[in-house]
Amino acid sequence: MKASRPFEFVTASYLVRIESQVAENLLGLERGIENCSDGSMFYHTFQSLGRHHFLNEGFSNDFAQWVLGSCNRPALAERLASLDIRGYVSLEELRADLKRILADFGERYPREAGQGAFDKFYFCEAIGEEVPLGSAGTAEEFGDRLRELPHASLQFHFLTSRLRLQLRTNDFSHWFDEVLGLKRLAREVERIDIYTNTLDGVRDRIVELLEREIGPWAERLPRRA
Amino acid sequence: MGGTATEARVNRLDDYAGLLGAGEIAELRALAARLEGRPIQMVNSTAVGGGVAEMLTRIVPLIEELNLPIRWDVITGGEDFFAITKAFHNALHGGCYDLPESSFQTFLNYTEQNRAKLHFDADFTVIHDPQPIALVESRNHGGKPWIWRCHIDLSQPDRRVWEFLAPFVARYDAAIFSSPVFARQLPIPQFLFYPSIDPLSEKNRELEPELIREILEDFKIDPGRPILTQVSRFDRLKDPVGVVRAYQQVKRYYDCQLVLAGGSASDDPEGEAVLSEVQEAAGRDADIHILNLPPWSAKEINALQRASTIVIQKSLREGFGLTVTEGLWKKKPVVASAVGGIPLQVIHKQTGMLSHSVEGTAYQIRYLLSNPAIALKLGEQGHEHVREHFLITSNVRRYLTLFLHFVGSR
Repeated sequence: MKASRPFEFVTASYLVRIESQVAENLLGLERGIENCSDGSMFYHTFQSLGRHHFLNEGFSNDFAQWVLGSCNRPALAERLASLDIRGYVSLEELRADLKRILADFGERYPREAGQGAFDKFYFCEAIGEEVPLGSAGTAEEFGDRLRELPHASLQFHFLTSRLRLQLRTNDFSHWFDEVLGLKRLAREVERIDIYTNTLDGVRDRIVELLEREIGPWAERLPRRA
Repeated sequence: MGGTATEARVNRLDDYAGLLGAGEIAELRALAARLEGRPIQMVNSTAVGGGVAEMLTRIVPLIEELNLPIRWDVITGGEDFFAITKAFHNALHGGCYDLPESSFQTFLNYTEQNRAKLHFDADFTVIHDPQPIALVESRNHGGKPWIWRCHIDLSQPDRRVWEFLAPFVARYDAAIFSSPVFARQLPIPQFLFYPSIDPLSEKNRELEPELIREILEDFKIDPGRPILTQVSRFDRLKDPVGVVRAYQQVKRYYDCQLVLAGGSASDDPEGEAVLSEVQEAAGRDADIHILNLPPWSAKEINALQRASTIVIQKSLREGFGLTVTEGLWKKKPVVASAVGGIPLQVIHKQTGMLSHSVEGTAYQIRYLLSNPAIALKLGEQGHEHVREHFLITSNVRRYLTLFLHFVGSR
């Protein structure tokens, strides 16, 4: 199935910059979230999910993990973890919601919010370098490339695309819908739950859905050298 | 000691594709292609021995294979120089610096000698650890980026040594640390690079089951009963006596064995004392195997870790804790103390279990022995965590990304 516009694969390799902000309790975390850079918000939320892509339960973002593991506040951690980053197209919205949850806790339990955590929370920032990885001109080529796509690229197209596209979708679904006209496939790929699947699980599911849509494609591809 | 050190037998990039996937290797090539023709220089203080030299021995050829010109230089110095840098090392780790003020001048004199011998014309210069730190004096103003890679914990340095070194650090474009916990407030950007292991090295490669069985037999370890293992030199900070106490608590419920595999203590008076303490704590328990292994025992360590039911690292203080990385890579459930770089690797209940005491360590071990499915899952997830973050290829990727960042920002 030929596409009118090829899918351009990109990978994003990230440097982690250690910031000077450190939180020693929940009040400090709230202040940190308010003041940290967008790169830091990205690192501790979108990037965190990608960094722990091999886990399919219990891990959502660094803030929730710290609140659970170092502050021993499971109910608050659950609230922070339940923010679905796929619902956000801007880091500011996400920052505001995280801050609101922490402020709410601080108002209700001021003494607990000021209690020292077992470990400090170190704010870091992600700095990405994007590199093209080639393109796919047909749905078959796309499926072939997807099977060997590095995790960082999968994460770039499936997870962080929202911040770039400012759309509530991923790059793959966007291309399936807009370029190939495969609306059902686009919808089903968007429905894959990254929180309960590993990144490899997401890849396998997309391949499976694509195969169901266009049939097995391996024999239709030109032989690679 | 000295000279250029780029020759060493290493694995090829494609050898890693089987473990990581061809796509991950292709990605490294795509990153490197953007840096084509830009020379890199790495400088440290020894060509053999120690973690930094071991890492460079493996990383330099991989970067060469990516068609990037890379040069590895080793500084030289007399015994007095290395006595001073050893004292720096201990002082930066929080120890006391008791050498005379003249030691700083001796350090600078050796730096001058090295500056005269070495050439600094690479597009990216990476200086490893404090020994060659003052070479940054050779850097041209506004020139190409110089990066200081600090492999040690700088969080509580001796003030006198830090005040001497800090002005040199400030002349770099960036510093790299192994954990945010090890970093300091600096006027330059600080980046996080985790240490890494080579999955194809003798210590980490897959071993044939027969070989593992033979090695267990040599050490008289029963493969039919649970094996708890801590691999560490006999050092109080690794708390081997605490490990024996934890094992003794587990032993009340499970018929298990304990392996404490450490380095030779013959030239280390404190090591010998600790070994005696461990032997005394072990008493006459034939299921406690205290193995004082020579430094060339990588294969034996590998086999012991692979044969283990649970890998323990009950340190009281720790650097990054690469023995934890090794255990995780071998898909072992790990029970480890929440100190140093260990929590970066062991995410509690996800990639292993963290503990804070002898009793806690014993409880986590008992929990895993009675829940083998959970132990299996932790091991699998720990392996994936290492595959993603703590392998030598991830280290190559971080360096390439850092260099690309500098290219883009200038």
